[in-house]
Amino acid sequence: MKRKIIDTIIEKIIFFCGILAIVFVTLIFGFLLKEGFAFFKEYGVISFIAGKLWYPTSDPAQFGILSMIVGSLLVTAGACVIAVPIGIMAALYISEIAPKGVRDVLKSFIELMAAVPSVVIGFVGMVTLVPLVRTIFDLPTGLTAFSGSIMLAFMAMPTIVTISEDAIRSVPWSYKEGALALGATKWQTIRRIVLKAAMPGIIAAVMLGIGRVVGETMAVMMITGNAAHIPSSIFEPVRTMTATIAAEMGETVRGGMHYRALFAIGLVLFIITFIVNFIADLFLGKSKK
Amino acid sequence: MKQFCIFVLCFFAFFISSCSRPAGKDGEYAASIQIKGSDTIVNLVQVWAERFVENNPSCNIGVTGGGSGTGFAALLNNTCDIAMSSREIEEKEKIKATEKNINPVEHMVGLDGLAILINKNNPVDKLTLEQLRDIFMAKITNWKEIGGEDRKIVILSRESNSGTHMFFKEHVLRHKDKKSKEEFSPRALLMPSSQAIYDEVYQNPNALGYVGMGYINDKVKAVLVAINENSEYFYPNVENVMTGQYPISRPLYLYTDGDPHDVVEKFIEYALSDEGQKIVAETDFVPINKTSNK
Repeated sequence: MKRKIIDTIIEKIIFFCGILAIVFVTLIFGFLLKEGFAFFKEYGVISFIAGKLWYPTSDPAQFGILSMIVGSLLVTAGACVIAVPIGIMAALYISEIAPKGVRDVLKSFIELMAAVPSVVIGFVGMVTLVPLVRTIFDLPTGLTAFSGSIMLAFMAMPTIVTISEDAIRSVPWSYKEGALALGATKWQTIRRIVLKAAMPGIIAAVMLGIGRVVGETMAVMMITGNAAHIPSSIFEPVRTMTATIAAEMGETVRGGMHYRALFAIGLVLFIITFIVNFIADLFLGKSKK
Repeated sequence: MKQFCIFVLCFFAFFISSCSRPAGKDGEYAASIQIKGSDTIVNLVQVWAERFVENNPSCNIGVTGGGSGTGFAALLNNTCDIAMSSREIEEKEKIKATEKNINPVEHMVGLDGLAILINKNNPVDKLTLEQLRDIFMAKITNWKEIGGEDRKIVILSRESNSGTHMFFKEHVLRHKDKKSKEEFSPRALLMPSSQAIYDEVYQNPNALGYVGMGYINDKVKAVLVAINENSEYFYPNVENVMTGQYPISRPLYLYTDGDPHDVVEKFIEYALSDEGQKIVAETDFVPINKTSNK
């Protein structure tokens, strides 16, 4: 009898812990919706998303986030172009080619990369990369979307490498054996068999990497220049949505327009990362089958 | 099983105990003051707080930055006792304060001059307010238009929550005209701190930015500023700010809710005392007239 009671209690506690994540996400989403919608009612969705000017503290205030959406997308796209090929090739090397000793060292270093705090990455980028980018490309300033992309690529790499490596490693041995037995070279096997079989997992890895990049704040705030202006190339300063929220949240008075506008940005950001994660889940599910 | 139960119980005990407020804090200190606001004077107020606590060990003072806007927001939300600010309180903030039944009282504690910093290798060495305004609104975009080399100007500004940003906008961009709607160009880079502006100017020959006078040193160049072409150019130093000749200077304030009393009153008295004003000078700001006749 006593044992049964304990069992049910423990079961309830574990259940509670299990659904805690759902509760939190729902609460956060609900809160964002509440503040965001209050803002949209007053300012309008179209003028918010398609507006080009962001002057939150002026009178009348302007809350257009188009330049920030473009900025976030540009930095993210740049980071992907850099991190995806390098990440996938690193994963291939680790799982298919590297001898065991090298693989262990490489793996632990890549995992260590994920542990570097983003402020540190931002700071190192500001001191080393920013002046370098300015002189190499002969730009007016090194605080550009490009510098941000490079630093963010560093941050997305560990996610992309570890998850694609898992996916590549879970390709059954028999596939590779079959290909090699048919006379395919190692490269042909990797390209035509291994990569193809692991593709859903790799796409999921890329998506999770993108999710991390879109939401990254500190490093981009320090090195992208934060100019709320629509850039014409990747070598211009941009302002991202996350940096705007982080930089301005402290000043706002609770319940004011500016405060709600920042929540509305948070809502847009939440929707973007939700879509990215959803796609990742879709592909992860596929790779498990 | 038993062990697991104990573990769960411990977990809950810990969880519950961490929910309650840390006890004893109010007993240990006779009084505690929270000060929040302008990054410009956070160092100055920090020194005041340290010296003040040395003389009054029973008192506990917390000083945090974040920008003048942050300070006022905290004062209105009742999360600080003193807001430090590098600008006057705005009409909007005053209205919000009355709504929340808070009566902000102003105490001027010092002066600050805003220096226009450029790279050491930049040949330009003086500018008028008119030129500065055109630069920050991106009407002048190349250094050669104001006597420099043929390079693009990179404009560095502070975030909009910074009192320095507001002050510069009102005094330089809008010429103190309340009705003016002039804004910083969207091309201006909004830097998270004055230090970030200094760093960028230090390594970039194209950059120009505004910071407090405390940031001037011989690794960067501060330009001479005049009201217009016909008036005299002045260097941002203590004398020129004190006499009011340097055109971009501003007062520094502490704000309290209602007239201060107890420790808060003592603290503000200390800030205005000769000793307090000496610290103002030591931290590269300009003391108010009390000690200016020395």
